[in-house]
Amino acid sequence: MSHAAMLRTPLYDAHLKLNARMVPFAGYEMPVQYSSIIAESKAVREGAGMFDVSHMARVSFSGEGVEAFLEQITTNDVSKLGDGQGQYSMMPNHGGGIVDDIIVYRITSDHFEVVFNASNHAKDVAWSNQFMPSTVTMSDKTADTVMVAVQGPSARKIVASLSDNPTAINEAAMFEVVNCKIAGVDTFAACSGYTGEDGYELIYSNSEAETVWNALLEAGVAACGLGSRDTLRVEAGLPLYGHELTDELSPIAAGLGWVISKTKSFNGSVAINKAREEGTATKLQGIKLSAKRLIAPGMKVYLGEEEVGEVSSGVVSPLLDTGIAFAFINSEIKQGTEVAIDVRGKREPGVVANKRFFKRA
Amino acid sequence: MSNIPADLKYTESHEWVRIEGDVATIGITDHAQSELGDVVYVDLPSVGKTLAIGETFGSVESVKTVSDLYAPVAGEVIEINGELAAASELVNSDPYGQGFMIKIRLSGEVPGTLLDAVGYGAVAH
Repeated sequence: MSHAAMLRTPLYDAHLKLNARMVPFAGYEMPVQYSSIIAESKAVREGAGMFDVSHMARVSFSGEGVEAFLEQITTNDVSKLGDGQGQYSMMPNHGGGIVDDIIVYRITSDHFEVVFNASNHAKDVAWSNQFMPSTVTMSDKTADTVMVAVQGPSARKIVASLSDNPTAINEAAMFEVVNCKIAGVDTFAACSGYTGEDGYELIYSNSEAETVWNALLEAGVAACGLGSRDTLRVEAGLPLYGHELTDELSPIAAGLGWVISKTKSFNGSVAINKAREEGTATKLQGIKLSAKRLIAPGMKVYLGEEEVGEVSSGVVSPLLDTGIAFAFINSEIKQGTEVAIDVRGKREPGVVANKRFFKRA
Repeated sequence: MSNIPADLKYTESHEWVRIEGDVATIGITDHAQSELGDVVYVDLPSVGKTLAIGETFGSVESVKTVSDLYAPVAGEVIEINGELAAASELVNSDPYGQGFMIKIRLSGEVPGTLLDAVGYGAVAH
């Protein structure tokens, strides 16, 4: 795709001002890094960093029957949400694979906001439409709003310091929504993120794109690109659609059973419940390498001379100072087992580990 | 703007060459290291290996990508930069000095197709 045809987020100029290296991602020109992936990862683990995630799709569903509709198309229990609460969820297909992993926020009983992956935006809208009753209206807000994720141990107190309701920001639980002003701008502040850190995802009008961004910069938040975002999410054990989740793979193999209701019926529930009962041939695990090497998707995992799995994601972890990966490997292989990954012809030793390499204290 | 020393020769694949007598010192350019990002691993050939012009002699791995290294000149590898095994970040911090990759004893002429700093400046943008 030529750059001329690429979309830009409302923060595009702000990224250029910070000398970002821009790359094509999901049809957008996005910052992959400003200074270095390692420096930006450390900023998030040690203080606060922010990511322009405006490319992600923000769609609202409202009207009578919206909750039942969302129960049908998602795996998590929508009924567990109160007003102003959100949850991680997935949209399964009928075969028990995954159309997308998403976040669902309940605003009121007849109004929900949903965040889709940028790469699945059109697919998700088309898929949802098939099941949407005539009483429900879908409204795509992606082009009208900005989304900035502020993450790290200092993120909450910095967001609170810029908010007109610091108490609510300081007290919100995971996935809770605070509607407040940030730097004077009306903001939907959701206590969530994709780094394993505390923090907020801020959604606000694109006409104020740089107002909030610049206030965060001035408050000491480091601008971080997609490169460190990927490193941080792998350290935190978080899946990425297209890698750990696909239209074909079972979310049970990916270890996402906790996101799937055991009580409701939904698209694909028969296939998913079957996978849960019978188990899957492979299971997603972490692998911690001895060497600081970049592990890429598709690389093979070996137990002795036997090929036992395949890498789905890999990064060099600044936190652990070594190569780490996610791999779908033979379900019988336990954590602690010594394996090797074929890295461009060289077998690099590693150990099967809990994929949550980073856990917040 | 990246640093492009005037006394070196360059390839379009972003290697630099310093010719001193019949020895060529080879590394990757400041532009290349900047594009790659934090370098974490450098795969280099064994001393004694004979390389042809354009032959792959190793690879550079950064936190986000892997890039092959191509021999800008022909000859025998007489030295590899052993420091890089433990300190691959030298490729980022000092690409034309302590971050060099290998030294080759030339077996023939220096190819006329190598770029000078001005020519490489047009490639590296």
